[in-house]
Amino acid sequence: MSVALAPAGAAAAAARLAHPAARTLIRRHHLRWWEALPWAAAIGFYFAFPAYLAFGTELLITVLFALSLDLALGYAGIITLGHAAFFGAGAYAVGLLAFHGIWTEPITSLALAALVAAAIGFASGLVLLRTRGLTLLMLTICTMALLQEAANMAHDYTGGFDGLPNLPIAPVFGVFAFNPLYDNTQYLYALAVLLVSFLFVRTLVYSPFGQSLTGIRENLLRMHAVGAPVRWRLTVCYTISAALAGVAGGLWAQTNAYVNLSALDLDRAATVLIILILGGYGRLYGAFVGAVVYLALEHFLARVYPTAWQLGLGLLLVLIALFAHNGILGIGAMLWRRYGRGRAEA
Amino acid sequence: MTDISLETEGLGRHFGALTAVNGVDFKLAAGARHALIGPNGAGKTTFVNLLTGVLTPTRGRVLLAGRDITARAQAERVKLGIARTFQINRLFRGLSVLENVCISVAERVGAATSMFYPAGRRVDVIDESMDLLDTLKLGDAARHCVSELPYGRQRLVELAIAIGLRPRVLLLDEPAAGVPSAETHIILDAIERLPEQIAVLIIEHDMDVVFRFAKRVTVMVGGAVFAEGTPREIEANPHVREVYLGQAALSAAHG
Repeated sequence: MSVALAPAGAAAAAARLAHPAARTLIRRHHLRWWEALPWAAAIGFYFAFPAYLAFGTELLITVLFALSLDLALGYAGIITLGHAAFFGAGAYAVGLLAFHGIWTEPITSLALAALVAAAIGFASGLVLLRTRGLTLLMLTICTMALLQEAANMAHDYTGGFDGLPNLPIAPVFGVFAFNPLYDNTQYLYALAVLLVSFLFVRTLVYSPFGQSLTGIRENLLRMHAVGAPVRWRLTVCYTISAALAGVAGGLWAQTNAYVNLSALDLDRAATVLIILILGGYGRLYGAFVGAVVYLALEHFLARVYPTAWQLGLGLLLVLIALFAHNGILGIGAMLWRRYGRGRAEA
Repeated sequence: MTDISLETEGLGRHFGALTAVNGVDFKLAAGARHALIGPNGAGKTTFVNLLTGVLTPTRGRVLLAGRDITARAQAERVKLGIARTFQINRLFRGLSVLENVCISVAERVGAATSMFYPAGRRVDVIDESMDLLDTLKLGDAARHCVSELPYGRQRLVELAIAIGLRPRVLLLDEPAAGVPSAETHIILDAIERLPEQIAVLIIEHDMDVVFRFAKRVTVMVGGAVFAEGTPREIEANPHVREVYLGQAALSAAHG
């Protein structure tokens, strides 16, 4: 355009790009060794705890669901308490197709689940994302409640309160069948879907588009003033996030071979929010840490203290809210800065 | 038409019964160093919001280089070359100084819609942002979180984000507001070194800043243009002294 800044000689440019701040940005998306840990742990879990693979599958699906929420909430700052709307949309898409014998192939079913959830995310996002704060929060809950009531009322198709049991799901690649007694196939299938989804989300958040989402989160009004089509970008982000939540819901329906109204429950939406806050939002791995900690507490503490385990979780959340706004990973990053090599993780 | 970069014709905006801007005819020459002054409540900020498209006028037109942009949204006007800074900092608070500028530059070069390659691969964006920080003497602070900087330097980042858009017209809303007087010169130096091609409109209370920087001054009172001229003419204008300085004395007595 009209202004020419100082002409950049190659040497000067090289010096600028060697600046620590520039190097941080240039290298930010590089893989780090510790990023292999969750996947190594997931594979280790498969061999170490064959009796717990049903639990493990639930955990992987929860991570994916929390990851989808992280994209909307953690990166773009879209405050939502209705993300189960998309989880449920994906679950019912898979459930209805399978139950009525229309389509049972798992991978294409997941793609359809993503499409259905994305369509609902896009349509609702066009309206919802004009609002902010509490209004937005309430509208996301409303969307979810409407969907749940629709699923309840259409009981001729959805089974209403009883849901759709015994879904016939075809074997993966026509070879690996889902066995309800042994969850090996379900676990590895969920792990593969999570890995692919994670690589997609990771690429997205480190992309220029992801950076602009961060800009919207950090200062929405300024993003308008630098010429960004803010609402459109939020809608795109919300749609992608909805699609991923739909995949999580579809996985849940396939691996459990049933769908019911709990897929669209406020309880589910609140739980995934708690998981993300617990783990730390806007940091990609918060979904992993939060899901592991939450489900481990639920699964094991509930056996030891069946009546009071939620008290422990509540106390943990209070502590996080008071002392560490960025969850468990936030505490970790703080300790790393203070006692580690003094370098902040990206 | 080419020597006028931004122009308004009978621009007006009312909020209910309150007329904030009342039929303003205003011309900003290409490469201008123009100041807009006036007492509190004169409609200066509303006027800027009408120019940038934050508000839509209830009457009148806004022209950019002769082209009617009255109906254009804020983001479109930015693409056409109108950038602004804010009276109160609007920075990307949790991000580094360099990232703050990168967001603006990435938006201008159209990178910000790309989803499938890492932002770190756009070294052109990073290099240009670093270069801009160097010219504003912010290079040493590039890696710091912007909210950790002293306020005066934060104001510079505010300016850098706007310059990163390579505007044809730059609207500066009290660029030195809130900066301790010992640091004001940092801002003023930066403004004086702005590329000549940019037409700059500065909204300012501080008369020292106005008279040091501006080649032309417009005085707004009660939502309308009260007087316009060179700084010397404005300074000598008894009506301006009466209205403006009287108001200033009044608010000083109350404040």
